[in-house]
Amino acid sequence: MNAWQTWIALWTLVTKEVRRYMRIWPQTLLPPSITMTMYFIIFGNLIGSRIGPMDDIPYIDYIVPGLIMMAVITNSYSNVASSFFSNKFQRSVEEMMVSPMPNWVILGGFVVGGASRGLAVGLIVTVVSMFFTDLSIHHPLVTIGVVIMTALLFSIGGFINALVAHKFDDISIVPIFVLTPLTYLGGVFYSIHMLPNFWQGVSMINPILYMVNAFRYGILGVSDIPVGGALVAIAVFIVVFFMVGLWMLERGKGIRS
Amino acid sequence: MGRHFACSVFALPRSAPFETLIFLDLPALSAVFARFLSNIKNWVRQMAEPALSIRGLTKVYGNGFQALKGIDLDVAEGDFFALLGPNGAGKSTTLGVVSSLVQKTGGSVSVFGIDIDRDFAKAKYHLGVVPQEFNFNQFEKVEDIVLTQAGYYGMPMREAKPRAEQLLRDLGLWDKRKGSARMLSGGMKRRLMIARALIHRPRLLILDEPTAGVDIELRRSMWEFMKRINREGTTIILTTHYLEEAESLCRNIAIINHGDIVQNTSVRDLLAQLNTETFLLDLAHPVETAPTLEGFSVERVDATQLALSVERGQRLNDAFAQLSAQGFEIVSMRNRANRLEEMFVSMVEHANAESGRSTDKVEVRS
Repeated sequence: MNAWQTWIALWTLVTKEVRRYMRIWPQTLLPPSITMTMYFIIFGNLIGSRIGPMDDIPYIDYIVPGLIMMAVITNSYSNVASSFFSNKFQRSVEEMMVSPMPNWVILGGFVVGGASRGLAVGLIVTVVSMFFTDLSIHHPLVTIGVVIMTALLFSIGGFINALVAHKFDDISIVPIFVLTPLTYLGGVFYSIHMLPNFWQGVSMINPILYMVNAFRYGILGVSDIPVGGALVAIAVFIVVFFMVGLWMLERGKGIRS
Repeated sequence: MGRHFACSVFALPRSAPFETLIFLDLPALSAVFARFLSNIKNWVRQMAEPALSIRGLTKVYGNGFQALKGIDLDVAEGDFFALLGPNGAGKSTTLGVVSSLVQKTGGSVSVFGIDIDRDFAKAKYHLGVVPQEFNFNQFEKVEDIVLTQAGYYGMPMREAKPRAEQLLRDLGLWDKRKGSARMLSGGMKRRLMIARALIHRPRLLILDEPTAGVDIELRRSMWEFMKRINREGTTIILTTHYLEEAESLCRNIAIINHGDIVQNTSVRDLLAQLNTETFLLDLAHPVETAPTLEGFSVERVDATQLALSVERGQRLNDAFAQLSAQGFEIVSMRNRANRLEEMFVSMVEHANAESGRSTDKVEVRS
């Protein structure tokens, strides 16, 4: 395929993915906005006012970046995991396999499509948060860079999950038993400085902590960890995950007999 | 235009001064002539490349099952080729390897001279695949399924849209284009897969049981469509259980059984090998027993039907003369089974008997 044809193929796949989640928006875009509204009402307004400031920041303001990031992570991951697995399940993945599309385009198309849903939901949650707090962004470039990189990283994760999955249960195990606990323990609702030293150390091996804190730094200007290191770590993870996903596609893992 | 043609034939740059084409010295002229011959040779070689060439293809699945045992197969450009075999014989595995859905264990496959191990992406441009099972997103619109496939091949929308319209009209799906694919009938879903496979104008179309579960009227209209695109130059490889389909559509045929090609010849030559044909004779009046005819074998099917076996070289006139003499009145007559079906069953059973395998898997429908 020449560069123009490759671009058409990539664009086709991305628009197909966007069309898919827009078609089923009551399942994909609406629920996160309702859930996050509940978080803002309960943790922000009702309980937050009794908790008091965190790192000298009002509690509702403190949790906004974490909640946005939580929505981005879960939606990027689940979009690609469910979409690609549905393609496997319905065998429509064969449409791509018989075509001359390079594997990196297949992976890239799903990842960009999934990341776009994560970012769309992140934007919706941001808009919802404006009803509850005055949101100002301290470092726009860091904010945008971190959220895009995180969306891409978890989209690739969702793709790898879907490749190895054999049944629908297999694509819900990671979000339920891995992503949700890591996100909750990744400093969405609290600063790790509140924890005893041992648990602070344990928290430092949670990759989501770095993303949430880097994003929080972008919005609020405060972070529990060095932001530069977090950005490098996310970038390295993206490259490694992408290479793993590509290698699995080349080998036909989970899709070729 | 003439200048461009001359440049193309002699492999000269388009910007070459015209004088170089006319006032050439002898060594230069001989070099140009050699280049010309080489170009012609390449063109001839490209034209003579088979649409599909398979050599020593083997496939062993993860569970140790050997689906293909080193098959060789050639399908010429423009052919309408049937690949037949009982369930589990290796037909779909063979086509799966060609279309990249199955990873081969050994051997080589070339599509129009392009080795899939060297440049599968280039080979895929020439391939259109209609699989046995429905393999599209049932929740997508009919038109979107075809256009998305065009996009996967890098076709711009301005080119894909009119092509999709033409195919959907030809296959009777134009009125359904805005509807969800899951609302289509089984026959329409098959035609949708054919439209999708043809969107990028492949030179080789692989049809894996395209008319399975399709009613007779629709099946015949699909045959007409397949014949038309074959006449227009598309090479077609077909697997089917409807042997009547292979007999009426295909020029060449390969029979595969237990991962081996047991026959690879033209349909005409294959049918010429048939020694016996069986005809069903409908009688005007019921009979209690089958008549005895000299030189012929006759069975009573029911009160008003006889089965007459005619061997090669025998004349039907002789049988009819004897039947008339005995007072039997024949109203109508037809073949008991599709001729190819008889041949197919006999071959597969013979091959199975030689290898000591059961024949209960031979399944044909007519």
